Amino acid sequence: MTEIFGIPVQAFLGQLLLGLVNGSFYAMLSLGLAVIFGLLGIVNFAHGALYMIGAYVAWISLNQFGLNYWVALLLSPLVVGALGVVIERLLLRHLYKLDPLYGLLLTFGLALIFEGLFRDQFGVSGQQYPVPELLRGATNLGFMTLPNYRAWVVVASLTICLGTWFVIEKTSLGATLRAGTENPALVQAFGINVPVMVTLTYAGGAALAAIAGVLAAPVIQVTPLMGSNLIIVVFAVVVIGGMGSILGSILTGVMLGLIEGLTKVLYPEASSIVVFVIMAIVLVIRPAGLFGKEM
Amino acid sequence: MNAAVTPAATGTDKVSGHRIGAITWLVVFAFLLVAPFVGVYPVFMMKALCFAIFACAFNLLLGYTGLLSFGHASFMGSAAYATGWLVRSAHLSPELGVLAGVLLAGALGLVVGLLAIRRQGIYFAMITLAMAQMIYFICLQVPFTGGEDGLQGVPRGRLFGLLPLDNDLVMYYVVLAVFAAVFLAIVRIVHSPYGQILKAIRENEPRAISLGYDVDRYKLLAFVLSTALAGLAGSMKTMVLGFATLSDVHWSLSGEVILMTLLGGMGTFAGPVVGAVTIIGLQNFLADRVGSWVTVIIGVIFVFCVIAFRRGIVGELLAWQQRRGNR
Repeated sequence: MTEIFGIPVQAFLGQLLLGLVNGSFYAMLSLGLAVIFGLLGIVNFAHGALYMIGAYVAWISLNQFGLNYWVALLLSPLVVGALGVVIERLLLRHLYKLDPLYGLLLTFGLALIFEGLFRDQFGVSGQQYPVPELLRGATNLGFMTLPNYRAWVVVASLTICLGTWFVIEKTSLGATLRAGTENPALVQAFGINVPVMVTLTYAGGAALAAIAGVLAAPVIQVTPLMGSNLIIVVFAVVVIGGMGSILGSILTGVMLGLIEGLTKVLYPEASSIVVFVIMAIVLVIRPAGLFGKEM
Repeated sequence: MNAAVTPAATGTDKVSGHRIGAITWLVVFAFLLVAPFVGVYPVFMMKALCFAIFACAFNLLLGYTGLLSFGHASFMGSAAYATGWLVRSAHLSPELGVLAGVLLAGALGLVVGLLAIRRQGIYFAMITLAMAQMIYFICLQVPFTGGEDGLQGVPRGRLFGLLPLDNDLVMYYVVLAVFAAVFLAIVRIVHSPYGQILKAIRENEPRAISLGYDVDRYKLLAFVLSTALAGLAGSMKTMVLGFATLSDVHWSLSGEVILMTLLGGMGTFAGPVVGAVTIIGLQNFLADRVGSWVTVIIGVIFVFCVIAFRRGIVGELLAWQQRRGNR
């Protein structure tokens, strides 16, 4: 058996793995969106731009300062998280009493600003980021060769996703966070500094996007447009999964990445629209989303 | 969007307010009539008017129904492609080409609207954006749009076999007439009983439901009307410029039409027109001066409008007039 659906097993599994890699990025980004939306009530359109900046921080620190991948993996979330603090303190803070649509519009404007600045600085063509030495090459699993870096991306991002899930659902910090989502005034009355919590939540979501950006840098080309292309798909993922459940958004992200990978093998023409088609179907069958509660 | 002001001149200043309004409109209309003769570049004016139609159509949805569509470019763009292809390759007359574009945009609007109204608020925006992205990818892949190159060389032809549209002046007055018709139609719709129900939905959807209105049907009709008119804008733009490209269906244009409406003043009749002319003028002015900084500047205006200028230009003017009247 060397073929599935008339395609060599090797190529088939390769595409599926690529789908899994994309799915991990969807999962990380939709997770960040869900956490931010939960506490701030803002759909962060700038999430894609933060992901893009995360990748560029890695690229710049390698090419300007000679800092390697592992340093970038720590540095990038810190830099982007700090940017998140600035954004939340300066801008988003003024919007909490308004219709949530204004939050979407403001972060859309921010996304345009970041994208324009990076395009002016680096042009639209993609930059290569080398795979770190430790993770070069591939492992032969017998039925397929597994590129080490891709395996690392999947393992790392799923670990981070599940770690975030654990912190939010199973620790006392997470309990406070969830309480803040339900009733900020009451949590404040218990002596917890809710505004700081809100700021740190946004920064945390931004840092997650940055980590995804660094992980993505060696797999895809680093371009100023990589964020906006991704964020719209992630929005569809969020509509499909519903923003109510954290585990739900992780699962939906991974699943849709796999489906997209599968479509690339079976019917490549449809691979760029399959997520949207699924969104339409889910809306017809289960309008609240697979894991969502109607809001 | 509840925070949008619904400006209405009240009490004693109602009469003078109406008079100022009427005089302003007369002046603007007179200017539009003579614009080509006072040295305004007609193609620029036509482009601006097409985007004004687009923004007015969008405002019917955002300003008067409170629905934020983040995918309106896809309706404008598909109509632009349809008209362009029908007129160029199927040799349809311009009026039939435009009509077909409008119908296509309305039909797409019906499908997308049916899906999007199943969710409220922020999800509505995300669904329209995602569906628009799907339409974008379809336009990128189907053969007749010309892919990355776009659809070029659409002849203007003769309107009803009579009016030679190749003449910029004739074309200008046709576009102006279409714009005036759309503008008056929207004023009429908003002031009709149907328009009042739309406003009720914007202000308080649960209450509109409890009053017995089939809210989804009203929303869907508003969505289809808005997308069909957006299609009209796209079709007219193709006839004016002679091409349709991928940027007509791109999400950044969906963002721009939001900005036009927000900057001009959502929920006001004149706002989208002012916003469209401002943004198109600004882009024209900046295009060869600052390169990719245009995106940054647009983004900054966006952020500024949301933080400090939510009423928009016209909304601020009306509020100022009202304050002065109350004194």
